[in-house]
Amino acid sequence: MLYRENGQFKTSYAADQQIFPIAQDRIAIGLLLLVAFVVMPMAGSEYLFRAVLIPFLILALAALGLNILVGYCGQISLGTGAFMAVGAYAAYNFMVRIDGMPLIAAMLLGGLTATVVGVLFGVPSLRIKGLYLAVATLAAQFFTDWAFLRISWFTNNSTSGSVSVAGLNVFGVPIESPVAKYLFCLTVVCVFALAAKNLTRTATGRQWMAIRDMDVAAAVIGIRPVYAKLTAFAVSSFIVGVAGVLWAFVHLGAWEPAAFSIDRSFQLLFMVIIGGLGSIMGAFFGAAFIVVLPIILDQVPHWFDIPLSTATTSHLVHMIFGALIVFFLIVEPHGLAKLWSIGKQKLRLWPFPH
Amino acid sequence: MGFFLETLFGGLMAGMLYSLIALGFVLIYKASGVFNFAQGAMVLFAALAMARFAEWIPKWLGFDNLIVANLLAFCVAMALMVVLAWVIERLCLSRLVNQEGITLLMATLGISYFLDGLGQTLFGNDIYSINVGMPKEPAMILEGMFEGGLLISKEDLVAALIAAGLVLALALFFQKTTTGRALRAVADDHQAAQSIGIPLNRIWVIVWSVAGFAALVAGIIWGSKLGVQFSLSLVALKALPVVILGGLTSVPGAILGGLIIGVGEKLSEIYLGSFFGGGIEIWFAYVLALGFLLVRPQGLFGEKIIDRV
Repeated sequence: MLYRENGQFKTSYAADQQIFPIAQDRIAIGLLLLVAFVVMPMAGSEYLFRAVLIPFLILALAALGLNILVGYCGQISLGTGAFMAVGAYAAYNFMVRIDGMPLIAAMLLGGLTATVVGVLFGVPSLRIKGLYLAVATLAAQFFTDWAFLRISWFTNNSTSGSVSVAGLNVFGVPIESPVAKYLFCLTVVCVFALAAKNLTRTATGRQWMAIRDMDVAAAVIGIRPVYAKLTAFAVSSFIVGVAGVLWAFVHLGAWEPAAFSIDRSFQLLFMVIIGGLGSIMGAFFGAAFIVVLPIILDQVPHWFDIPLSTATTSHLVHMIFGALIVFFLIVEPHGLAKLWSIGKQKLRLWPFPH
Repeated sequence: MGFFLETLFGGLMAGMLYSLIALGFVLIYKASGVFNFAQGAMVLFAALAMARFAEWIPKWLGFDNLIVANLLAFCVAMALMVVLAWVIERLCLSRLVNQEGITLLMATLGISYFLDGLGQTLFGNDIYSINVGMPKEPAMILEGMFEGGLLISKEDLVAALIAAGLVLALALFFQKTTTGRALRAVADDHQAAQSIGIPLNRIWVIVWSVAGFAALVAGIIWGSKLGVQFSLSLVALKALPVVILGGLTSVPGAILGGLIIGVGEKLSEIYLGSFFGGGIEIWFAYVLALGFLLVRPQGLFGEKIIDRV
């Protein structure tokens, strides 16, 4: 009853084109942002910020980037972790080697470096498709894993192989407390989500989807596959690279190449599949699901006093993720985001089914 | 010269084992068009089952004979792989018929995660050993020809022989038996095979079982060499570039690709590694495969099936 759009007429193109055409959605999003920006910083505990919200936001950003490549442009990538690593290490090098480099600039430069590397590894996509491309992106993963471990220039000749950043600040405001980190991540994620949402609605975004749905037909109607694929790789790697910078600088603080291993790539791909391929909201759903599920699985046995070792829990998480991937691919290939939109569709008609 | 030959042999032996795992990929891809990312998880699962049953069966039945225990464990593990093949076909593949290759690839990624978790839950997550009586001490050959002779690991030699035997057996199975012929028919054309009465579902179960068998053998060999633990499933990631190099649909390609990558990896590590700071084994195979993809996307012996825009 509450979710009904009767009487909401669009009288201009701008009103018709807006991201949330239904007034209730706009109110809901406004409330959500209010909670995220104002209520959470006051109410949240430090554990909540450190273990749940910050990882969720950063991984959601990375999943957003991956979704542009896999969900919107149909180019499968198993090397997301590599592009995160490139972003993180590039930003680290800009920070260390240039005096007084501001955090935001380092972040964007890290993203740009990831873009360059991403386009480089995207070039094979012009010749090969599907699972062949998956192997090509795996090559990126293994190569960067090795490079950041073995080439000491990247880690500023650190003896332990791990690097760290400290004293982060944005325009003089220190990013040290969990709340400050959370707000910083939240701001970045909101900006990028809005940008990505709008980008997918432009001509470029439509070209990506055309290439995904049928590349031959897309080429026939005048879409240049080279341009479409490479822009998808560029935009995706940029966002993923920025997420890598956030993950390393803000979440971890000190890290080594293992933080961006192949497991991270798979994890992000799972987020995209479970959340919903080709949907901005899906990235958030997927990230929330994959960050929260292990924590819940960790807690549930305690409530019922069933002793489960950490190893067993992690195996259970593996099994549940695996089963869910297969389940979603079979039952709902568009993931949680599709379930959400089905729910909304039903709600518009409720309580009359027709 | 002696050192070079030693490296070469070491590479050939390792390559034979890569081929064995790559064979699992090729078999499944040929017969169902599924790029089976779960092959590594299957290797781990089979090896874990083998290692643990070889330990448990003597305890349950109360005897102490290594050979019998190993034989029984092999049979039980094989039975388990067949059941697994059947379950995967029933629950997953039969519901994803006619989907795109990417969807199937992601599904097998899910299967691989599930199997990793299941195997370690059922069988434990320590390092286990498989003892099938492989000779451990290295052998010296050709002492007259080179100074110091050639040091060859007997274990590797036995492993390579077993792998070669298995490849031969599979080739015969594919070429000479009725089932093998049915498998080839399915590989050529699903619909045509079905229309002349070849049951697709059963064929898929057979193919996955055969791939399970290859996984079991590979698991036993790798397991008895390095011990059975989680990292075993990562060996399969090495087999991916092998398949790309050899061609996705070609059994000889898998073998030759494995040998090339095994040798290339060892030689490059020894002779080029020092220029790059060492450890280039990790990515050498992938970069080789990547370069190859750009020049000849279908691989050495693959069919030209790649459409590009």
